[in-house]
Amino acid sequence: MKHYGFLYRLVERAREHSAFLFHFNAGACNGCDIELISCLTPRYDVEQYGIKLEGSPRHADVFVVSGPITRATRGPLEVVYRQLPDPKVVVAIGSCPATGNVFCGSPMIEGPLDQIIPVDIYVPGCPPRPMAIVEGIAAAIHKLAGRHSAASGEQR
Amino acid sequence: MNLVEALAALLIFPGLLYAVPMGWLMLGTERKLRSRFQGRIGPPLTQPFYDFVKLAAKWPLPRALSERALLAFFPLLSTGAIIGATALLPVFRGESGFAGDIILLVGLLEIPPVCMVLAGYASRSIYGEVGANREAAVDISCNIAFFTALIAMAASANSLRTTAIAFATPWQVRLPAVLAILICLPVKLRLNPFSISNAEQEVLAGPLVEADGRLLALWDLSEALEWVTLIGFVVTIGVPSRSGEWWIDAFIFVACSIGLVLLLTLVASGTARLKLRQATRLLWRCSFGLAVISLCAAFLVRGN
Repeated sequence: MKHYGFLYRLVERAREHSAFLFHFNAGACNGCDIELISCLTPRYDVEQYGIKLEGSPRHADVFVVSGPITRATRGPLEVVYRQLPDPKVVVAIGSCPATGNVFCGSPMIEGPLDQIIPVDIYVPGCPPRPMAIVEGIAAAIHKLAGRHSAASGEQR
Repeated sequence: MNLVEALAALLIFPGLLYAVPMGWLMLGTERKLRSRFQGRIGPPLTQPFYDFVKLAAKWPLPRALSERALLAFFPLLSTGAIIGATALLPVFRGESGFAGDIILLVGLLEIPPVCMVLAGYASRSIYGEVGANREAAVDISCNIAFFTALIAMAASANSLRTTAIAFATPWQVRLPAVLAILICLPVKLRLNPFSISNAEQEVLAGPLVEADGRLLALWDLSEALEWVTLIGFVVTIGVPSRSGEWWIDAFIFVACSIGLVLLLTLVASGTARLKLRQATRLLWRCSFGLAVISLCAAFLVRGN
């Protein structure tokens, strides 16, 4: 276990208190998307943990994907994944990106997600509850915080 | 202004040492208060600092050297210019400044929006271009009122020194001029009724759509400094009395700045985003109207 100095610990703390999300809908039915948006509402209020939904993948740290990866969305998904600057984590929201869900075996889907890009956290459910999504994102941020080099767990 | 005073103004107060933490505090206050107004708990006041550290620690994207240099040039220039502008603010009574420093101050204040427009076009993203377009249009319409109000104040004070303008402008000119500049403030800070160029639901992040990691951190720092400088500018020209005791002056400056942040946040939380056309019309009618009134008052006061 490598010992890190003050600046590294500061960066770890900053990463644990601040995460910018980019949400990608890879053919989802909108169920998971609605649940993700409800995390931003006053009832769940993820902004108190420094979590913010960003419009541009260039600003983001956490790549949130929902939906079974359809043929049409596979190309854009890979492009957008490359647009996120490192270090980054991928969170699969719902059962669709994890297994294909009810679309499993359909010729129209290219999923599950982990065959296309590396996935860090799965949040199962159809759709998952907002608290489960918040927990998944918190776990992802915790995973992201310690990544100081490609050797410390960064997947390329 | 001798060298030691200039360096102290640039590096300590109201320069770097004061402006950077104060800028983060202002951004944090704005986010926290807006959340409270919306019935949420909201992020802690230190959130902009954490965001900055996290963004600064991101690894740079592989880019061509020419593109990287161009994209890094604009936020660096913007941050440097705005620190210079902060140093020129006449907070204390003893400061004499130099002839024509208001022109330098206004010029430095104008560099960040110009940099943002250029960065939007340099990003070669369609969202960046639309954002830059909007930023340019709205900035020009607010600047006409901003400059007219400043010209009115300079004409009535019969000087181009910032200190003379801050102390010697009569109230019948100062009142409409400061009101006109106050309306321009949310435009320059890209706050809610005028958050047209960075409207996240329409043009994603506007001109900053391609800014990643360190570039975005620099842009955020520049924005924080812009808050301190523009709000400080309005406070220094709007509050004419200086006690002469340095700590009372500094306290009044900081307290008025925070008060103005609260006012701006209240307006930003209570209003919806205007269209470009509505915003320019509002600026021309209200802000420019007030600026013209102050200009007329200045000529009446001068008696010619």
